[in-house]
Amino acid sequence: MVSVRIGALDRKLLRDIWHLRGQVLAVTAVVMCGIAVFLTMRGMVESLVDTRDRYYAEYRFADVFANVKRAPESVAARIAAMPGVRAVETGITLEVMLDVPDLAEPATAQLISLPDGGSPRLNRLHLRSGRTVAAGARDEVLASEAFARANRLEPGATITAVINGRRERLVIVGIAISPEFIYTLRPASGLPDDRRYGILWMSRAALENAYDMDGAFNRVALGLEPGASERDVITALDRLLERYGAIGAYGRGEHLSDKVIRDEIRQDSIYGGVISAIFLGVAAFIVHIVLSRLVAIQRDQLGVIKAFGYGNRAIAAHFVKLALLVVVSGTLLGIPVAAWLGEGLAAIYRDFFHFPHYEWQLSARGLAMSVAISAASAFTGAYVAVLGAIRLPPAEAMRPPTPARFRPGWIERAGFQRWLSMTERMVVRNLERRPWKGALSVLGLALAVAIIVVGRYGIDALDRIIDVQFRATLKDDITIELNNPRAAAAIEAIAQLPGVIRAEPFRAVPVRLRAGHREKRTAVIGFAAQGNLHALVDLDYRATPMPDEGIVLSTKLAGQLGLAIGDRFMVELLEGARRSEAVVLAATVDDLVGLGAYMSLPALNRLMHEPAETLSGAYLTVDPAARERLYRRLKEMPMVRGVSVKESMLANFRDVIARSLLVQTIANIVFASVIAFGVVYNSVRIALSERGNELASLRVLGFTHREVAAMLLGEQLVLVLVAIPLGFAVGAGICAMLVMALDAQETMRLPLVFSGRTFAFAFVIVATAAMLSAFAIWRRLRGLDLIAVLKTRE
Amino acid sequence: MQVQNGCMGNKPVFRVRGVSKVYRMGEVEVHALREVDLDLYAGEFVVLLGASGSGKSTLLNIVGGLDVPTAGEVHYLDHDLTAATDEALTRFRREHVGFVFQFYNLIPSLTALENVSLVTEIAARPLAPDEALRLVGLGDRLNHFPAQLSGGEQQRVAVARAVAKRPDVLLCDEPTGALDFASGKVVLEVLDRVNRELGTTTVVITHNAAIAAMADRVIHIGSGRIAEIGANAAKASPAELSW
Repeated sequence: MVSVRIGALDRKLLRDIWHLRGQVLAVTAVVMCGIAVFLTMRGMVESLVDTRDRYYAEYRFADVFANVKRAPESVAARIAAMPGVRAVETGITLEVMLDVPDLAEPATAQLISLPDGGSPRLNRLHLRSGRTVAAGARDEVLASEAFARANRLEPGATITAVINGRRERLVIVGIAISPEFIYTLRPASGLPDDRRYGILWMSRAALENAYDMDGAFNRVALGLEPGASERDVITALDRLLERYGAIGAYGRGEHLSDKVIRDEIRQDSIYGGVISAIFLGVAAFIVHIVLSRLVAIQRDQLGVIKAFGYGNRAIAAHFVKLALLVVVSGTLLGIPVAAWLGEGLAAIYRDFFHFPHYEWQLSARGLAMSVAISAASAFTGAYVAVLGAIRLPPAEAMRPPTPARFRPGWIERAGFQRWLSMTERMVVRNLERRPWKGALSVLGLALAVAIIVVGRYGIDALDRIIDVQFRATLKDDITIELNNPRAAAAIEAIAQLPGVIRAEPFRAVPVRLRAGHREKRTAVIGFAAQGNLHALVDLDYRATPMPDEGIVLSTKLAGQLGLAIGDRFMVELLEGARRSEAVVLAATVDDLVGLGAYMSLPALNRLMHEPAETLSGAYLTVDPAARERLYRRLKEMPMVRGVSVKESMLANFRDVIARSLLVQTIANIVFASVIAFGVVYNSVRIALSERGNELASLRVLGFTHREVAAMLLGEQLVLVLVAIPLGFAVGAGICAMLVMALDAQETMRLPLVFSGRTFAFAFVIVATAAMLSAFAIWRRLRGLDLIAVLKTRE
Repeated sequence: MQVQNGCMGNKPVFRVRGVSKVYRMGEVEVHALREVDLDLYAGEFVVLLGASGSGKSTLLNIVGGLDVPTAGEVHYLDHDLTAATDEALTRFRREHVGFVFQFYNLIPSLTALENVSLVTEIAARPLAPDEALRLVGLGDRLNHFPAQLSGGEQQRVAVARAVAKRPDVLLCDEPTGALDFASGKVVLEVLDRVNRELGTTTVVITHNAAIAAMADRVIHIGSGRIAEIGANAAKASPAELSW
């Protein structure tokens, strides 16, 4: 007879697994979650990087960008001749007001020219639908996908734009995306608003015509030779373009869309790393407690096996195999979960980031890494337990273990004993006898709490950012930007518009700040020191009064420039007279969005050598009842370049965020529950196996099921109660680390704030998971064999 | 008949009538008890003697409310144990029965005194825990944990724990089975003393025939049946026993 030979030890292994199936399942689930998070985030990061890099290469995303007032086309050849430059693409761009069908508020578009006859050399478009614009066509545009989708515009739709003071009807002939606008954010607006801000591409000839830019350009993009120095090119370019009204060239590092994607990639990889580390740590811990218990239960068996002549290596392999089996099955199960989560996340990302094609991909390297990492974590967990097993001499292993030694712990020695019932003393002593074990359980549970806290922290931080930025700092309803600086009379005119309750002027001037060898491009906003609608408020709502003289910088910006309050530094004004002036850093404000620079309006205008009341925009509070009329008037005003309506922008943003957070929140809840359930179930299950005899004896002595359950679960209750506040602290700590790791972000900084709701939410989820696992054990307690204890030794 | 009425001559505390117990082990039926009739009287000291597998433990478990018979009836005074729910049996054990196990089954995390207190906390009219421990001769070991006590001492704590709630019946399953001769004798002396001083009905299971000499009645069990019931006209004191 032929039979398949499975080693006897392996057969024992399979039976042990069957016997421990509840616990094995719990560990497997934890490993599965860890692997799923790791693969999801790793796949996300890799596919983002991959997709972006491929997109940039195929569609020739430029390396250096510059805007000028107006430069003759002949300059393009001189730029192309600069060392290190491989390709040059010039064009025309400007912001215009739009009247979009079915949208009450005015929208803003950035018009960008397309070369007539042939595609651009750099920043090529990818056509999603429709066709490209006909050469020279004055009324045809391509619309950016995000804008078209938000406004449900299909090819063939028409919109009205105010072009050079005239209302023009434009036909959308196609929908397109560009590597320049993977993420669309209006400069200086802080939040994306695809309904009210979009990109429109138009024939260059048509734009030259409309804006009197024949043979001239106001934007230029450069592709660099491999190995060329970006810094050198930027310096040369700035020198060349200076007299054409350049506001400073910049590289990809300061490109808005690229910056947002880079921040996202960084966030994802940090977040994925932290969360998977938590899971795999917990998995190692559970593997360890399960195996330790197995070794304890099988002490005598191990002795017998060793007495038969099995070596340490065989015994060690036996237990390590069990750990590996858990890891391998967790990994295999984690892959489809990761694919599901990854696809869900990718769908959300497709709303934010516009690539020709974007999909989550399973990364082979990530898979290999995850197997290696989780195997390492299971191995670590198994190691200590197995070490105990192989260290025991066979004869000793076959003897029953010495009885557990207890003594009153510090709580009782401190005099609390008299207040403790016998049951409570049992709980306290069991915890005190093996404090590391309880501590690990507490840590595991705390991590479950922390996962929820970390997951919800993003919401709390965003709420704070929005509140600080759009309620405390900017208190207006509508911000209006003018297409050119205007004299004080303009604010009077704006104040007369229908529904305007209050109008306050501001001036924004593009600048380059220089301190020593460091420099930074930004805009200085000048506003009235006594105004009500714009204040300097930090993340804790502390207000900084606007000084009459000097400049106020965002703390982040001052740090980047290495400036302290009182320092003098140079402000290069990139508008008007374009001089460099020395200013004093009067104060800093620890704000959350962008890299802001602020002055009082008269001080800024003095710096500009212009009349003190000159403005380039206005903050308005308006009567809600008159909004529609106001919008209609604004759409027709030639001097208005852009309008942002705060409530609409915030509502849109909340919508987008809510959608994207849904998947993440569900995933976090599931993950935290799995951990909490896994930890509690395993510790109680093991406590039950260690103390089953004790508890059954008590049942024989007349204790009820409920009383006995209280003894067993009381210990877990203590652990859960300790773990929850600790979890809050651990979660807050992890968030603090995330904040530090993400400190390099310039678009937004995360304040370390938590809402009560976050903690309440974490509490409810973890307490529920713990209760469910307690309930599973509660039912098991009914099955205690009361008769067996009369006869068995341990 | 003389023997059945017992030397106490009063009403039986336990009445066992026609009790059978069949365990199904896979496809095999094991008849642990076959139509057993038995009365136990207040205050008597009974030894149930039998080889392993004779059915003596099954009988003790049924009398102690840990198991229910397949057929027949068991009455404790006017309680019908056969028809009782799990909760009712728990209450029965809690209020009326003291158990002593072969392997003591003390709670390792509680001291001797606390092990006894654990039971007195849920009893209606218990002895003081230290008094119970003094009764078993452990007045000087009150604050020792089980791991700090010898086997015999642990078993005496178990006896103290069992009697501290003043049970109506004390059921001991091989109480000396895990002990050496000297310690075993001390435990038997304690059981004898409890029986005499507190008047607790005591049933001791053993396969050690030497212990039978200290009983009022000796019940021999074999193959699930009561083979013989004998009365000792003169009880031996535990000190006189030897094995």
